[in-house]
Amino acid sequence: MAADGGGVMTAEVAVLGAGMHPWGKWGRGFVEYGVKAARAALADAGVDWRDVGSIVGADTVRGGYPGYVAGATFAKALGWQGARVASVYAACASGSQAINTARAQILAGLADVVLVVGADAAPKGFFRPAGGDRPDDPDWLRFRVLGATNPTYFGLYARRRMAVHGDTPEDFAQVKVKNAAMGALNPNARYRKRVTAQEVAASAVVADPLRLLDICATSDGGAALVLSSMEFARRHGAAEPVRIRAVSTVTPRYPNTVLDLPDIATDSAVGVEPGGETFRASIVRAAYEEAGIGPEDLSLAEVYDLSTALELQWYEDLGLCGEGEAAKLLREGMTAPGGRIPVNPSGGLASFGEAVPAQAIAQVCEVTWQLRGQAGDRQIPGARVAITANQGLFGHGSAVVAVR
Amino acid sequence: MSRTRTPVVTGWFVGEGDEFRLLGTRCSACRSVFFPREDTHCRNPGCAGGELTEVPLSRRGRVWSYTDSRYRPPSPYVTDPELPWEPYALIAVELESERIVVLGQAVPGITVADLTVGMEMEVVPGVLDEDTETTWTTWRWRPTGVA
Repeated sequence: MAADGGGVMTAEVAVLGAGMHPWGKWGRGFVEYGVKAARAALADAGVDWRDVGSIVGADTVRGGYPGYVAGATFAKALGWQGARVASVYAACASGSQAINTARAQILAGLADVVLVVGADAAPKGFFRPAGGDRPDDPDWLRFRVLGATNPTYFGLYARRRMAVHGDTPEDFAQVKVKNAAMGALNPNARYRKRVTAQEVAASAVVADPLRLLDICATSDGGAALVLSSMEFARRHGAAEPVRIRAVSTVTPRYPNTVLDLPDIATDSAVGVEPGGETFRASIVRAAYEEAGIGPEDLSLAEVYDLSTALELQWYEDLGLCGEGEAAKLLREGMTAPGGRIPVNPSGGLASFGEAVPAQAIAQVCEVTWQLRGQAGDRQIPGARVAITANQGLFGHGSAVVAVR
Repeated sequence: MSRTRTPVVTGWFVGEGDEFRLLGTRCSACRSVFFPREDTHCRNPGCAGGELTEVPLSRRGRVWSYTDSRYRPPSPYVTDPELPWEPYALIAVELESERIVVLGQAVPGITVADLTVGMEMEVVPGVLDEDTETTWTTWRWRPTGVA
């Protein structure tokens, strides 16, 4: 079972507090955003920072050395108080690996209360690789040799869906329309305006067939969670807290036959027959197995809509519909509020833009508020079970199952 | 002064004209093929590890997907900021015998309007960029039957 990366149900941890610094382009440093989010999460939990036994930071590669030791950076900014510290980097899954590190410490009895923080200050324009000539680095190579920015990969996936499943640019635009309508209701979102399909169609093509409004921006932002043991939560007076039931952080399986960022080629399937399950689907399956639930149990999902077309891909990877049926699910309104399984009630990356190490934590903040019934105008009534899903560079991805 | 023609990455392709080939490596134990080349370790988790030897990849394959770059990519992609940006197409091509998808730029003049998924492509030599001393060479995908 261990080699399967899941399959065994684990004990739960409690989400005592959630907090965010609003997403935007604020022009300040990532530490400020992280500290604001951390203080908000601690206040939400009713926990004094000095009583936190461990802090886990999700690293940013854009903040110099302090970004690589984010846990310590945030601990120092909040005031050294002797907590155990860890810092993790896993590209877009950094935030959920930080959550998983905190969970593992709690379940192992190393700490009762853990603070998880991620924050980023994003540059203008495309993400780009670290400087210097590094021909051994696939991320450097894809830019040097091909000029292949992140949106070009999103464009490849979108075109593939159009060719194989018959999705249309109009379908993609409807994802943006849906998510923007929810983002308009979210005070932490960067973009808080409704968007029409006409506005999507009138925006400039960035990477055919995707247009500017199909692709998520890069943002500043910060998110934090206070996690604890169930025993601590009870002693603390949280009788019925949101609980994290599963965190999937599995890696791909060889041969990975879908072209993933930042690679120039897939694995070859000539030596080993592919298993028939994509990496994204395996991330989700591991989370379902660990939580002992299936897609039919979900009240809502927060997925990584780096592009509108990728949100549709997640519907299939989550098992919300069969392969190729995502656009139909969207058209029928099943993933909108009031539908069978609302997706991205936060407004998604379409409304936030990506603040890499904070984003997967922000997804869990949103499902926490939804499961508590505290999501205000965007509340999904009666939410009991939620999943988050994300994927990033270099074989990283995650899914978190939370329940109440 | 004449420029030296130098591959943008050493050991990824060889030859000129019809002899041009992408170069990968093949594991002698499990027959897995790798591009970009693996020279020190076979990445098949079920393989004890064989000798990795250089192997030319098929010249032709079929379009898995395609897109383009409508905005100037950031460094280390080399462009002349003085010149207006000319978008180029990027094509992911599946090689049948190697069962691998390889991304590459289209030859100049081929746009997304000329492409469909499943179309047959062939690999040809191309020039990525030039500086005062060097012409940096690369591979490009071109629809078959286009001269």
